[in-house]
Amino acid sequence: MRTEWIDHAALVRPPEGGMSRRSFMKAGAVATSGLILGFFMPGANKFANAQQAKAVHAPNAFLRIAPDNSVTVMVNRLEFGQGVQTSLPMLIAEELDADWTQMRGELAPAGAAYADPAFGMQMTGGSGSIARSFMQYREIGAKARAMLIAAAAEQWKVKPEQVTTSQGFLLGPAGQKASYGSLADAAMKQPMPATVALKDPKDFRYIGKPVKRLDARVKSNGKQQFGIDFTLPGAKVALVARAPVFGGKVGKFDATKALAIKGVVAVLEVLTDRGGSGVAVIADGYWPAKQGRDALVIDWNTSAVEKVSSTKQMADFRALAKTPGVSAMKADISKLAGAPKKISAVYEFPYLAHAPMEPLNCVVDLKADSCTVWAGSQFQTFDHAAIAATSGLKPEQVTLHTMMAGGGFGRRAVPTSDYVVEAVNVAKAYKGGPVKVIWSREDDIKGGYYRPSHVHRADIGLDAKGNILAWDHAIVGQSIISGTPFEPFMVKNGVDSTMVEGMGAPYNVPLNLTAHMAKANVPVLWWRSVGSTHTAFVMETLIDEAAHIAKMDPVAYRKKLMGDKHQRHVAALDLAVERSGYGKRKLPKGRAWGVAMHESFNTVVAYVVEASVTKGVPRLHKVTAGVHCNLAVNPLTIEAQVQGAALMALGTTLPGAAITLKDGVVEQQNFGDYTVARMSDMPHVDVHIVASNDAPTGMGEPGLPPLAPAFANAIFKVTGKRLRKLPFDLKTA
Amino acid sequence: MVTLNINGRDMQVDADPSTPILWALRDNLNMTGTKFGCGAALCGACTVHLDGNPVRSCVTPISAAAGQKITTIEAMENDKVGKAVQDAWVRNDVPQCGYCQSGQVMSATALLRTNKAPSDADIDGAMSGNVCRCGTYQRIRAAIKDAAKTLA
Repeated sequence: MRTEWIDHAALVRPPEGGMSRRSFMKAGAVATSGLILGFFMPGANKFANAQQAKAVHAPNAFLRIAPDNSVTVMVNRLEFGQGVQTSLPMLIAEELDADWTQMRGELAPAGAAYADPAFGMQMTGGSGSIARSFMQYREIGAKARAMLIAAAAEQWKVKPEQVTTSQGFLLGPAGQKASYGSLADAAMKQPMPATVALKDPKDFRYIGKPVKRLDARVKSNGKQQFGIDFTLPGAKVALVARAPVFGGKVGKFDATKALAIKGVVAVLEVLTDRGGSGVAVIADGYWPAKQGRDALVIDWNTSAVEKVSSTKQMADFRALAKTPGVSAMKADISKLAGAPKKISAVYEFPYLAHAPMEPLNCVVDLKADSCTVWAGSQFQTFDHAAIAATSGLKPEQVTLHTMMAGGGFGRRAVPTSDYVVEAVNVAKAYKGGPVKVIWSREDDIKGGYYRPSHVHRADIGLDAKGNILAWDHAIVGQSIISGTPFEPFMVKNGVDSTMVEGMGAPYNVPLNLTAHMAKANVPVLWWRSVGSTHTAFVMETLIDEAAHIAKMDPVAYRKKLMGDKHQRHVAALDLAVERSGYGKRKLPKGRAWGVAMHESFNTVVAYVVEASVTKGVPRLHKVTAGVHCNLAVNPLTIEAQVQGAALMALGTTLPGAAITLKDGVVEQQNFGDYTVARMSDMPHVDVHIVASNDAPTGMGEPGLPPLAPAFANAIFKVTGKRLRKLPFDLKTA
Repeated sequence: MVTLNINGRDMQVDADPSTPILWALRDNLNMTGTKFGCGAALCGACTVHLDGNPVRSCVTPISAAAGQKITTIEAMENDKVGKAVQDAWVRNDVPQCGYCQSGQVMSATALLRTNKAPSDADIDGAMSGNVCRCGTYQRIRAAIKDAAKTLA
């Protein structure tokens, strides 16, 4: 699965492992006025050449201990809310035996050493930051501690076994005591152990404990710098006028009025995504750039591109769903025709924009022999390669700094690097120095890379007791993966695996599943929890419907269908049921229970919710979550991720939570007509975690999928109506 | 040149009078704590106080601020209520991505100045103009109540 990435990863600037230790230490002192204790981890880099692999130390690789005893951890992921800038330092602090007040987190730039240990590229996605770096970061912490102990033993002329550590200090047998910072220099001279013992989970001081975020203060007082806050001396701001239809081009344009606006310095035609072109207005700041863009007169040429209309697309998808597509799961459906009970359902899901709070932006400093870029990138490896290709420079001439990002939800993980490439194209056209391209909210909402729209068609045959005899199912939607570098291993037997993920399991059902990978001139992308954004809704509402036909409690029905092979599901479901008071507590009049559960990114989340309907509008009041993510590294973060994912999912059910197109043009433009959940929508969400010491699984996304179906199942109890379309609309249900 | 009183200091800004306060702060004065989220008073990320009242600085031109006091997130650490709100934000581990939180803190501070013990409905009313895509609302609600307690 990894080899396909080699071409991209090989383009990344290699770590400076060849630097001599002496020069490296000197450089460290100059750069940070402290001492760097860095590691180049050959195991982390599948693409290292032999020479690099021999190098033991590299500057800034993963951790730095300064004379003031601060421990700075280089975070190989993007921090965009999920808490990784706190949780990865926790892993190092645990094994290093550091005090939490010593710990700092810093986002690593693009670099081969920072590749995801499993994927071989630097990325943040698939809810894998902790799951895939859990051992990596613990080992780094443990090795650093071993080297500090060795240094102390040498200095105190004792055996390493006689040296212990406590919260950032080394302790000797005769009462010697030295801070890590004071011995970091000496520790650098020690060989790095090849193997090291890790702590027994029972001895954990940080892992598994609720640890507060390292960035909470600066994110509460305005001092946190995000990508959009970064600038360079003399840097200009650019806004790009993009074609109203994806891939459209500039026919002709008149810049006279734009150039007359004070502060506008240049108006230039630039290349845009999908082979299109646009007009960049470059100015002293955002406001003149926006005024200038508003004053442009542009004739667009969209004759060569398809113009999608959502109404027609949905009709086409519904028609297509009646026919079998490419097989994804096979089962005997011969019993369908004669089944005594039937469920026939068609589901519709719209395009969704990610709409992270920080609009997309990218700072580019392009020179004759270098290109330096600052961006909140989730895909540094791809973006770095794309910058090199677009600028025409060699990979080693390109530097990509990872900036703290104000949300992302997938939008900053783009296989085409759309917004980064465009920004480099603006800098290329401008030639006047550093430039920051900012997207307005309208640009963001209209800018594509949406969660694809989908139609599901299900025909289920049941016996008189509600046992499922046959289940025929088709999914229609655009493929996220097709045409990207991920295609060779994520499109399986002609089916995009992200389109069908979450179907079937854990239920033992005879599911015959096919998929149609439709084409449309609308760029699509993963959106928090990817395929599970729609598959979980379909599965969990259909199972609920089957339970209703079986006249069984939906919790008991689910357990019956799972059998005894899915203990993590059962544990999560039982926990949510128990803590919610489901079936025991009497609800206020007009409220009903709803249940759903789903596994994504190897984590199971079960929700028991309470909902009602007021004046025809569904309302979610209370949510109880049961979570099975194996070892809960930071329960405080997990609670936040579940609450946040639940709220984001709730947002998808609200009126107006849809991107629609007419004649190729996106009809929404800002938070006024693209609905997101607000404070007044927020139910109370209680999060409970199943205790476990197994290797941690994903947590950024799994809270999202089961929320909307649990809500819909509760609304069925209240109204008798099955909601099969997102966003919810009881009038048409 | 337009003179703006920001956080108690008069500052000269060389910008068109139509320029929103947001962009005068960010681009002219390099005060980036106030955030751009929508440009249309729909998300609250840009909230500042104008003579103590919360306003959306992305749609409030600097010409409308003449003679009034603009207060931004940068001044909240030296404000009794603002500091209590920030401390409660940290105690309750509110921020996730953090991008909306300057605006959230400004709205919450304005609320607590006029309402010492806000109910859930009061919080909904005062805070629903501030969007958080990460979904920190539950902790924001808890933090506002926590801050109210420390100010009581």
